[in-house]
Amino acid sequence: MRAFTDLLDRLILTRSRNAKLDALARYFAETPDPDRGAALAAIAGALTFNTAKPALLRKLAADRVDAELFALSYDYVGDLAETVALIWPERPGANRAPTLGEVYETLTYAGKLDAPRLIERWLDALDASERWALLKLVTGGLRIGAGARLAKQALAQWSNRPLTEIEEIWHGLAPPYRDLFAWLEGRADKPAARALAPFRPVMLAHALEEEDRPRLDARDFAAEWKWDGVRVQAVSDSGVRRLYTRNGEDVSAAFPDVIDHLSFEGALDGELLVRDGDALGSFNDLQQRLNRKRPDAKIIARFPAFVRAYDILADGGDDMRALPFAARRRRLEALIVDARSPRLDLSPLLSAADWEAFAALRASPAPPGVEGLMLKRWDSRYEIGRPRGLWWKWKRDPYRIDAVLMYAQRGHGKRSSLYSDFTFGVWRGDELTPVGKAYFGFTDNELAQLDKFVRDNETERFGPVRAVRAGADFGLVLEIAFEGLARSTRHKSGVAMRFPRIARIRWDKPAAEADRLETLEALLRAAKSRAGD
Amino acid sequence: MRPEEILHPRPEGLYCAPGDFYIDPVRPVDRALITHGHSDHARAGHGLVMATAETLAIMAARYGADFAGARECAAYGEARSIGDAQVRFVPAGHVLGSAQIVVEAGGKRIVVSGDYKRRRDPTCPAFEPIACDVFVTEATFALPVFRHPDDRAEIAKLLRSIAQQPERAHLVGAYALGKAQRIIALLREAGYGETIYLHGAMEGLCALYERCGVPLGPLAAATTTEKRDFAGAIVICPPAAMADRWSRRFPDPVACFASGWMRVKQRAKRSGVELPLVISDHADWDELTGTIKEIAPGEVWITHGRDDALARWAALNGLAARPLRLVGFDDEDD
Ligand SMILES: [Zn+2]
Ligand SMILES: [Zn+2]
Repeated sequence: MRAFTDLLDRLILTRSRNAKLDALARYFAETPDPDRGAALAAIAGALTFNTAKPALLRKLAADRVDAELFALSYDYVGDLAETVALIWPERPGANRAPTLGEVYETLTYAGKLDAPRLIERWLDALDASERWALLKLVTGGLRIGAGARLAKQALAQWSNRPLTEIEEIWHGLAPPYRDLFAWLEGRADKPAARALAPFRPVMLAHALEEEDRPRLDARDFAAEWKWDGVRVQAVSDSGVRRLYTRNGEDVSAAFPDVIDHLSFEGALDGELLVRDGDALGSFNDLQQRLNRKRPDAKIIARFPAFVRAYDILADGGDDMRALPFAARRRRLEALIVDARSPRLDLSPLLSAADWEAFAALRASPAPPGVEGLMLKRWDSRYEIGRPRGLWWKWKRDPYRIDAVLMYAQRGHGKRSSLYSDFTFGVWRGDELTPVGKAYFGFTDNELAQLDKFVRDNETERFGPVRAVRAGADFGLVLEIAFEGLARSTRHKSGVAMRFPRIARIRWDKPAAEADRLETLEALLRAAKSRAGD
Repeated sequence: MRPEEILHPRPEGLYCAPGDFYIDPVRPVDRALITHGHSDHARAGHGLVMATAETLAIMAARYGADFAGARECAAYGEARSIGDAQVRFVPAGHVLGSAQIVVEAGGKRIVVSGDYKRRRDPTCPAFEPIACDVFVTEATFALPVFRHPDDRAEIAKLLRSIAQQPERAHLVGAYALGKAQRIIALLREAGYGETIYLHGAMEGLCALYERCGVPLGPLAAATTTEKRDFAGAIVICPPAAMADRWSRRFPDPVACFASGWMRVKQRAKRSGVELPLVISDHADWDELTGTIKEIAPGEVWITHGRDDALARWAALNGLAARPLRLVGFDDEDD
């Protein structure tokens, strides 16, 4: 674990790209199999231990450390794995420290039930920074400022092989990459390439600003809803089916229900969404699926996923990307009809041909799952990246309400000395009920004012949470902007906001005049009724 | 006499009524007893200052000879009366001249520890535990995530980095009083005999340490006039200087920072530190809690830092503890 820990330290703390490459290259040269392969997998994001979740880390720590001391420490450190690593009470000499390769192989074959005991034993045997590396590894959240691309470049630099050759075969390789290292060290032939169902780089849209509109002719554009899901590429190629994110990350394993129904040959661009009963699931519902790298049958049945397609990159063996959007759209519509897949549908084109009509669509209460409009030039080819002037996204204005500040909590990391997480509420009857939490939207200056308000008006403490004075005759009104609203059984108020943020501090507004829960419920109904028409 | 009648917080600082004096006051007062020379504890402008000879010398070096109306030198261990109170200065192990102040009145004894640590430090005498009714403690690193490692291993890390990257200067950010001299002394103990280069803000205090009998070996000013690249050299500077114009004279330096805060990687990363050295002049979690257990006072009062966590620990261990909520003390002096 020592060498791997030192490597992570260097990758995190050095800003120089060359120094990172050197550190990686040196590590690959000096470290034996399977340790270096496990490290490569961790850095490239190819490890999927579904054994160690944040909840397990919390539980292990809770068995050893007082809950309140843990909460105060986590609040200060701001990172769960690091908090557990630092706070872990040492038992020097308790165990022999494991190597990275042992950790990797043990966890690969360990059952879910064994993992907590194994991790606990390793934590007892390692020092603080090794514990941190271990926990980063088993939770899969390295975030070390180095990814697959940098790792591959380091492999190329160390072995003197062209980067393109490594990238070509990469998708066919698996940890701990013994065959790859053998080839790079000249001990074996090149592993076979895996050319089926490759990822194709995606085309992105610009945000439409007020000043862009006069220069654009509305008749040149097709309009679609902008869906509030996850952009994906669904590829089916001679029996190999894959689902990629827009960055080319392969998420097929997380969506077996979609993969099973990619009954076409080609590559489609679309939005990954989920259903909730007969309705479209909210982004929160989709989140339930995204959080699970290998979902169980229950969650799949609860939130079945599907792809709402809006473009086609390959039809059978033909590359579509040089065709104009209008022609691609016809091919896409035909393919969707032929596929007859229950997990594939078409994002409809909206009938509007001037700016007034576009604006009216955008301004109306949109169906659930819509966050605005997409405008695409009928003659646009499918180009890589964000070409100027071809695709535009025109997001809806956020919703706004006036709420009253109820609780505050210190932030994490550099904000840990300030109260920067704010819970706010609206009136239900003559009581305030919390409806959301915001921790951004304000300037540093406004944050200082909010922090002072909390300190001056604290009424009660619950662990790290401070209740502040809030009632009909006194309270601070916050104008909250948010992107959407969903029913929620987990919130006492029955509603959950999407991306709430503090748009303005209303020092001028009396708390009694803040919004009521009925206002939020009306917004919910308006969105739902629109969905029905 | 209740302990609160002997010592209690006032806006000026911690006040002793029987002796009519303040300990480490943050505003100008007639009579101040100063635990040590860090600027949040030792301020200029008091009528009379009583402190150890080293602390008085440090204050004169920082604020000028006229930093107080009058001064009185307190030797370690020597008991003296002020009004109806008896006071005594006892080593705190924090920096050169640092002291705990023992106050006795009405049959009760209160120990104000100032800032302290329990590790060996070649630049100052070690902390002496004193039995007492009330122990007044700092809480700068009072979270169980703060456990300072062995300082010799941290120094070894610095020397290894110099060996691996002999073409780069190593710029070590260290608090000008105490930390800088301790780093130098530890480097000497580890066998490092090269000249160590100093930022201007360090020179006076290093000379003062040497005059007080702490040998620091060959030192030189890191000035611009002499053009050299400082490859493979150690340059010590105040933390703030690492980010300003001054540091640009060194081509591609390795930014090192010697502080207890460097225990948290996220914090090291945010401050742009390439080589964090976890070396602190404050007690860590185990030292704070261990010291309280060892002294076993009737009551613990907490001055500055993470009073919430230390009070929680005390409650879990059946000890009476309360935060004094003194203002004007800086968590960042490490
Ligand atoms: Zn101090
Ligand atoms: Zn202090």
